[in-house]
Amino acid sequence: MRNPLSKKIIDIQPSGIRRFFDVANEMEDAISLGVGEPDFDTPWRIRDEGIFSLEKGRTFYTSNAGLKELRKEICKYLERKIGVTYDPLKETLVTVGGSEAIDVGLRCMLDPGDEVLIPQPSYVSYLPCTVMADGVPVVVPLQYENNFKLTVEDLEKYTTPKTKVLIMPFPNNPTGSIMTREDLEPVADFVKEHDLYVMSDEIYSELTYQTKHVSIASLPGMRERTLVINGFSKGFAMTGWRLGYCCGPEMIIEQMTKLHQFAIMCAPTTSQYAAVEGLKNCEDEVEEMRQSYNQRRRFLMHEFKRMGLECFEPFGAFYVFPSIKEFKMSSEEFATRLLREEKVAVVPGTAFGECGEGFLRISYAYSLDDLKEALGRVERFINRLREAQL
Amino acid sequence: MNENKEALRIEILKYLEKHSRVDLRELAVLMGVEEAEAANEMAEMEKEKIICGYHTLIDWDKTGVEMVTALIEVRVTPQRDRGFDRIAERIYNYPEVYAVYLISGSYDLLVTLEGKSLKEVSRFVSEKLSPIEGVLNTATHFILKKYKDHGTIMIPKKESERMLVTP
Repeated sequence: MRNPLSKKIIDIQPSGIRRFFDVANEMEDAISLGVGEPDFDTPWRIRDEGIFSLEKGRTFYTSNAGLKELRKEICKYLERKIGVTYDPLKETLVTVGGSEAIDVGLRCMLDPGDEVLIPQPSYVSYLPCTVMADGVPVVVPLQYENNFKLTVEDLEKYTTPKTKVLIMPFPNNPTGSIMTREDLEPVADFVKEHDLYVMSDEIYSELTYQTKHVSIASLPGMRERTLVINGFSKGFAMTGWRLGYCCGPEMIIEQMTKLHQFAIMCAPTTSQYAAVEGLKNCEDEVEEMRQSYNQRRRFLMHEFKRMGLECFEPFGAFYVFPSIKEFKMSSEEFATRLLREEKVAVVPGTAFGECGEGFLRISYAYSLDDLKEALGRVERFINRLREAQL
Repeated sequence: MNENKEALRIEILKYLEKHSRVDLRELAVLMGVEEAEAANEMAEMEKEKIICGYHTLIDWDKTGVEMVTALIEVRVTPQRDRGFDRIAERIYNYPEVYAVYLISGSYDLLVTLEGKSLKEVSRFVSEKLSPIEGVLNTATHFILKKYKDHGTIMIPKKESERMLVTP
């Protein structure tokens, strides 16, 4: 019998820490700091709107690109938030989560051999999606010394004449790093100079602290070479609704809509109706969640400092990324032992690329009480390790 | 008052409203300020009577204590020069009265009352409240079940069903 599988899919390695994830998810009484989604329920007015749409029998497909009303609200929202204007009819596509937009976007932009710059540590899907789109992933390791921001020096090392797309994963999962306007400007100049396109994954854009999120698309000359990807999962606490979107030049969106039409038809109708309410009337709820995350962020930073755990201060998303290099073991070993010995689940930095070695991703999408209990255990664990090192 | 101070005050108030028992050191960490600054703001707001007390939300139904709560609508004739204040004062000075609000709409005062039994509440209405000069009539509503009180849903929250680790 012939092998049913393509070489491409076989060559994509399952995430090295898949095993760790499986073990962790089976642990029944563990406390977790390992989740990449909000602990808040979706604001009630959004859920209620979803229920209402079901009651009204809105159980049909929407147009491929998404409900017109939703696309209009998305464009108004982006204009408000990042100061970039998009045409709801020609430059906006509603997708099944931001993840679909990453996949479809790369498929529409890459020819075989085109190189994609993927700054790491970052979310797990950019690399496999690039491979499935026949692109060549080129990892750009971000430096702790730069607070995991992307610099032109990093880019210079990895850009070749074949480079076509730069992924911009900020605010960043897993490091919590953000890029300010000053940080973005030289990157934007570099992109223009080398005639690259940017896929800017801004799914955590609502969750920045102290400074407002800045999109690279809002910098001069960047709108026409940037695909902005965003969604409702993080800021609006709507992960399970699977709803995202992307905005960009008509030329790209048109082709993405075509692929999306064949692969998906349309994003879930119930979610789309609910999301309209989110964009129209949930500013206060989103702000309240942001404030709560910010308080926990300050709490975690304070606690890590007290424990003497090295950590740069992150200003985005809901993660901190402390270094565990002092303990002279791999991230995965540390995480595995922490899980086994203290029943606390954290994610090894290596889940997000090899350069995450020596770090842990700690999520603060948990109540303060949970954080306190978990940190108490972490402290006990590292004290034990330090004693053993003496 | 500068904008930061105002923002800090509001953040402190919002937090205290839900977590009045937080200790000062922790509050300061959560607000991202020095302990002395948080203490200062709280003391000032207590003095200004912005913070009026630190109370505990209790579900008395879960205890052995017999307790009924009634909402009483009261229509009154406002008094010359004093409006509703004089009558409100005569009502709110009773210790069993929990809250008194001046209300817009078809009646004037809304009185919340706590008593040991229906009988005790009824006696208060007929013997104390109704005879007050200026009170025209009353309508008493007994609370049968509290679903949500002071912004807190009284039904226990479900356990988290999120996966333990996700990327």
